[in-house]
Amino acid sequence: MATYTLTTPLRDEDLLKLKVGDVVKLNGTIYTARDAAHKRLCDQLDNNEKLPFELQGAVIYYVGPSPAPEGRPIGAAGPTTSYRMDSYAPRLHSLGVKASIGKGKRSAAVREALQKHVGVYFGATGGAGALLSQCITAAEVIAFDDLGPEAVRKLTVKDFPLLVVNDAHGNEQYAKPNYDL
Amino acid sequence: MKSIKAKDIHDGVVGIVMQAARYLPDDVRSALKTSLENETSDSAREILGQLLENADLAATSGLPLCQDTGVGVFFVELGADVHVEGNLVEIINGAMVEGYEKGLLRKSLCHPLTRKNTGDNSPAVVHVDIVPGDKLKIKHMAKGGGSENMSRCTMLTPAQGWAGIKEFVVRRMAEAGPNPCPPTIVGVGIGGTFDVAPALAKKALFRPVGERNADPEIAAMEEELLAAINELGIGPMGLGGRTTSLDVKIEMRPCHIASLPLAVNVQCHSSRIKEVVL
Ligand code: SF4
Repeated sequence: MATYTLTTPLRDEDLLKLKVGDVVKLNGTIYTARDAAHKRLCDQLDNNEKLPFELQGAVIYYVGPSPAPEGRPIGAAGPTTSYRMDSYAPRLHSLGVKASIGKGKRSAAVREALQKHVGVYFGATGGAGALLSQCITAAEVIAFDDLGPEAVRKLTVKDFPLLVVNDAHGNEQYAKPNYDL
Repeated sequence: MKSIKAKDIHDGVVGIVMQAARYLPDDVRSALKTSLENETSDSAREILGQLLENADLAATSGLPLCQDTGVGVFFVELGADVHVEGNLVEIINGAMVEGYEKGLLRKSLCHPLTRKNTGDNSPAVVHVDIVPGDKLKIKHMAKGGGSENMSRCTMLTPAQGWAGIKEFVVRRMAEAGPNPCPPTIVGVGIGGTFDVAPALAKKALFRPVGERNADPEIAAMEEELLAAINELGIGPMGLGGRTTSLDVKIEMRPCHIASLPLAVNVQCHSSRIKEVVL
């Protein structure tokens, strides 16, 4: 289990060396999008419209932050459960998105897309929204302002602590429950 | 008859709404600490340490514990000898809206199909029980969506009995895996009707972590379920470990001779609960 410091945009050679269980301190720009924003992004793709950010090399953070207090860029900002974005994620990976950040299990289709298009799924600690917000140094709504907490935000992060949950080689870090499912 | 002014209820509810989002209850905090001492896996210890650090930071920084500040859920115990000067449900909803606005809490409610945000976190979910006495107790839970989504209910047959209940609950938690932000707290509602079992499960979640059901037989069932869930080895954030759930709470009541209603309401470690008594 290694620790890496990476800076966005992420490149295939960055991602290919990552293995499940590795810790990544992420720096640079990431984009927030959750349920409603994913639907709109995919509608834009269907209509051949320009997306609010460049997908090539992008990292998408599944989060809907709480409002920013005076003097802070953002409120609490921990991950939301990722499976709800599973129906959109393979398409976004096929268009150049390199990683997503969330919590919880991904579908087989997402795991395959990570292998096929060289991508990684990072876990951040769910419910540690106050703590994680300390690594966000700037935040700006860049699209879908009407969605409130679900708007797309451009975040600048410094040493954002992530765990490689699904790597580009088909592996997964979550414990398999002692139960025949 | 004791009369309680709308303003007193309003102010009390604004207060608990703003506090619940920021201060992790002592029972949850000490359960996380105990789990940290009992865990041997590095990842489990790391996660539990972060959750305790997060709780300290929220308390001192004024940031909410979690960005999902949830649905405003209220369980009210209204004394039969209390007269409320106004519409209790409307007062609570109005105070919840004010608390979310003033407290910089996230507004997380939307139209189920258009997904348009209601803009003020309304409507609150309010359950009212009439109890003896002249007090008004309002218990608030800020209920997050990630753990709520992992909840389920079912109608078992009477023949399935306790074995069927146990199988359903343990399987549910195995399927939920890392999704509901483990370590979780599991509320189980047994009996009533189709609508009552989930309400019992939610009510169960208000009981402090570590406090058993007063009925020794139900208390033993809670312990049996907790041990079985922790045997799953899912661990904090699903990364493996001994602590999959901090506690299991069961509430039970009689049901139809043909039925065995069962509900599992999953709560995350960010169990934000606060009450006010007037
Ligand atoms: S499940 Fe609970 S702790 Fe996790 S993100 Fe949702 S509200 Fe926060």
